[in-house]
Amino acid sequence: MKRLPLLLLSGLVAVAFAACGGKQPETTPTPTGPNTDSLRAAQQAHDDSMKAAQEEADRRAQAEARRRQEIADSLAAMGRGTEAVKTLLATMIHFDYDKAIIRGGDAAVLDQKVAILQANPGLRIRISGHCDERGSDEYNLALGNRRATAAKQYVVSHGIDGSRIETVSYGEERPLAQGHDEEAWAQNRRDEFEILSGGESLKQP
Amino acid sequence: MRRLLLGLAVLSAGPTVRPSDAQDTSAIDRGVRIGIVYRPGVRPGMVVLPVHAPALDSARVILARDVDYSDRFELITLPGGDSIRVTAAAPGARPPAAGGAGRTGGGGAAAATTLNYPLYQALGADFAVAVAAGSGDSAIVTVHDVAAGGVRRELRARLPALKDPGFRLAIHQLADRVLEAALGVGGTAATRVLFVMDGKVYSIDQDGADQKLVSSSDHQAMSPAWAADGRRFSYMEFWQGHGRLFLQEVASGKRAPVATTGQALDFTPAFSPDGKTLAFSRATEEGTDLYTVNIKDGCCLQRLTVGRFYDNLSPTYSPDGQRIAFVSTRAGLPQIYVMAADGTDQQLFAPFDYGATGSSNAPEWSPDGQTVAFHRDVGGTLQVFVLDVRTRAVRQLTSVGRNEDPTWAPDSRHMAFVSDRSGYRQLWIIDVETGRIRPLLQKSGARLPAWSPRLPETASSTP
Repeated sequence: MKRLPLLLLSGLVAVAFAACGGKQPETTPTPTGPNTDSLRAAQQAHDDSMKAAQEEADRRAQAEARRRQEIADSLAAMGRGTEAVKTLLATMIHFDYDKAIIRGGDAAVLDQKVAILQANPGLRIRISGHCDERGSDEYNLALGNRRATAAKQYVVSHGIDGSRIETVSYGEERPLAQGHDEEAWAQNRRDEFEILSGGESLKQP
Repeated sequence: MRRLLLGLAVLSAGPTVRPSDAQDTSAIDRGVRIGIVYRPGVRPGMVVLPVHAPALDSARVILARDVDYSDRFELITLPGGDSIRVTAAAPGARPPAAGGAGRTGGGGAAAATTLNYPLYQALGADFAVAVAAGSGDSAIVTVHDVAAGGVRRELRARLPALKDPGFRLAIHQLADRVLEAALGVGGTAATRVLFVMDGKVYSIDQDGADQKLVSSSDHQAMSPAWAADGRRFSYMEFWQGHGRLFLQEVASGKRAPVATTGQALDFTPAFSPDGKTLAFSRATEEGTDLYTVNIKDGCCLQRLTVGRFYDNLSPTYSPDGQRIAFVSTRAGLPQIYVMAADGTDQQLFAPFDYGATGSSNAPEWSPDGQTVAFHRDVGGTLQVFVLDVRTRAVRQLTSVGRNEDPTWAPDSRHMAFVSDRSGYRQLWIIDVETGRIRPLLQKSGARLPAWSPRLPETASSTP
């Protein structure tokens, strides 16, 4: 059994001798110029990845554009809604001479305003009362005040918080129609409705 | 004056009364002679003598117009008009030239004057007024009593230069003193009228000259009102739908908002006669009601009426400050009511027929306290009325066109108002006693006039 380690030892010595003492065998291959196959592959890979990235970017851009278009579309839709609501809200109501009683037909107009105010809780409005030129200038301030207040009372009685509505009167100082006949007077005996705040985007009721 | 009015009443009683019947040569009341042989009317005649210095002639023209607009004299033109040279020789004046009137008359007159009293008497003049330059920048106005053939009074006043803003006011004040010297009554020459046009407040001399803008902002203005001392006025401006009241000094033009106003619709300000309190209308969601505020200390808002289901507005103080006349809709249509200045004892003032009488608005208490002017809807248009405070009788003053917003002159005899009788709305002045009417301002859209009291000297510097 003693021979085996010895043999192994001699073998190791022989190997060590061969490794240290002799000339190194020329086993390492020296580069002999570019490997065109691998370059082509690398190029291919690179091109592929670039293309993929580009496609991805395009896809994302398209998605972004689509998203933006959707937002724009919806904003436009919302804007159209806001404009429509604003038009509804600005519809005037009219009065008989020297009267501040809401006419039957105008109750429906006020009902629309109630609905708009309910659908848009942030909305605050101002109602201004106006008169025709026939009455006394100063009395008309009091009459216009009654007309504005009458509309507010109607809206408040239908559930709208009174603090959201301001009333003012301009008497006969700001006529809408300049004529001096019944047609002009009838147009001028009116309540106007304007947005004080919260009117940036309005929901349809 | 009473006898004079009596004479007028007799004269107008019927066509059967000849003018000579109305003449009462024995009647002398406060120096007024009623009835001289030849005269076109029953008013005393006055001739304002020509002068030939440019500044003084301008003064004479203004003074003569004031005399005419007082409606208390028959203004007499000399034959040959102003070309005639009649001179009241004042210090420095040139000697009189030849003409229809020379040195022949005026035997008993003051030593310095040579007037042809018989000529003036023949023309129907009871008084002759001469304007002359005094020493320095003063002017002398001499009031001659023609029948007595002598000087009634010599009035001296500093006369600012022709282009000085105080020039016209100085003449107007002399004109008022002429009235005082001749008849013993106060005039209205030295006054201005505030009014609204195109949303701004303007001021104008009562003779229609010297229109000036007095409101100083772009906010739409309404309802100017004078303080009784003529040194301040108030008016309302729209501020984002609210009505804010302002006080403005005449002399400096400075203005300040009235405390506690501007949060609601505050309008129709009215000064108490002592100038300490401003009454006004305030429109809220409860309706329109009357309030007062202490403008001396800028405090102490007081509510005078509680309308709830009706409106109370347009206050006007009695000149003693004890009562306020105002408009109320408590009976349906607006009508004229009165109450104590603290808001108690509210009652109907101008009687009306329920269901028949039209709306009545815009009351203004006369400075003598005896009447309240207002306008009332008659057949779909407005007419000016006066209420006799003592008897509560109502009299209609106007009937031509639409007439509204009357305001009293300090003589409680003349009244400015808005009328469309000429085709468009403009300011007019009526003499309530004779019914004579003249335009104050021929511009369309002038309205809401407020006639000043007699203006103090210091008001001469600016509007």
